[in-house]
Amino acid sequence: MWNTLKRWYHQLGSPRYFYRFADAVLPWLWPLALIILAIGLVWGLAYAPVERYQGDSYRIIYLHVPASSGALMGYIAMGVAGLVCLVWRMKMAEVMLKALAPFGAVLAAVSLISGAIWGKPTWGTYWQWDARLTSMLILLFMYLGVMVLQSAIRDPRQAARAASLLALVGVINVVIVKYSVEWLNTLHQGATLNLFSESSINPAMKYPLLISMLGMWLLYAANVLMRARAEVLSRERRSGWVRKLVEGH
Amino acid sequence: MNPVRKQRLIVVLAVFLGLALATALAVYALRQNINLFFTPQQVVNGEAPVGTKMRVGGLVMEGSVVRDPDTLDVTFDVTDGKGTFTVHYQGILPDLFREGQGIVANGTLVSRERFEAEEVLAKHDETYMPPEVQDALEKAGHPGARKDAAGS
Repeated sequence: MWNTLKRWYHQLGSPRYFYRFADAVLPWLWPLALIILAIGLVWGLAYAPVERYQGDSYRIIYLHVPASSGALMGYIAMGVAGLVCLVWRMKMAEVMLKALAPFGAVLAAVSLISGAIWGKPTWGTYWQWDARLTSMLILLFMYLGVMVLQSAIRDPRQAARAASLLALVGVINVVIVKYSVEWLNTLHQGATLNLFSESSINPAMKYPLLISMLGMWLLYAANVLMRARAEVLSRERRSGWVRKLVEGH
Repeated sequence: MNPVRKQRLIVVLAVFLGLALATALAVYALRQNINLFFTPQQVVNGEAPVGTKMRVGGLVMEGSVVRDPDTLDVTFDVTDGKGTFTVHYQGILPDLFREGQGIVANGTLVSRERFEAEEVLAKHDETYMPPEVQDALEKAGHPGARKDAAGS
């Protein structure tokens, strides 16, 4: 198991191997992600039962939670890539760092906007400077910061190193986002889905939510692979295998 | 592991842990300001300053909501089991406002017992269930259903 993982790590660390991997995976990952997301969203938005107090307005959960969870996980992945980049100076980690940021920023923005739209009919306000909401806004700014920092420095290796540090440090904020609702008084309610204990959502509402989440994560993965593939081609444009690839077509 | 990388790993992890510790201490020190609202316990114990604008939060006490028949005036008691005070508000309450429901009110603490609210927000909890399940729980006399069902 460990050796398989280690071999994968080394193989995917090679730009050429990664390119072949992404090329093989993407044609079926895109449709799979879109189909799963569509099933989850249609089930949740049209067929899941109404909520006892919130009625139909709770249905935005099927967009809000997948987007938020994707944004948080994407940032953690970016932090790991940042660590690998800083310590092992691995080129593919630099590529992943760059590829993870844009869609993560979009998901953070979707989470904030859908949360505001949900907040108005339930809480009675679009926005409060509550710890959960504010730390999520900071997460969006961290994503934007990583993107801006990367494009501000011309040398890609220097840019990656600077952005790595920001990505790694921002992981502290992810912890604050996650636990703000437990440690502090907030308007936002606590976590509904729990990995290790029973979730406080009815199963008829939970299954479409889990499916939408899976679909959103796969969509994010597909977007990252696509961006990373393009980045690999651009970075390796002078290498023999890319030339051969381009001339071969 | 190669010694250069090992050293880099140690430095990066030390920087990370140092910053994490600094953030944790800062959040801990500033939690009075980061917390969105004062709890009824803090209001009753005198931790919340009288006469200043602030937010308070807690559960609307069962049977305490009094609506004026002619105006939009409403008074209700807010509690957390460790303290209770009365909130007065003039305006339209959010749809989720019920007895037994968590709320956050923005306004002025007039005295330790009375809060003049300018805005009342409803909290909602992390439980989601269809109305039929709620009815079934109530019929079965489930202890969890009673609290949430009150006043709806």
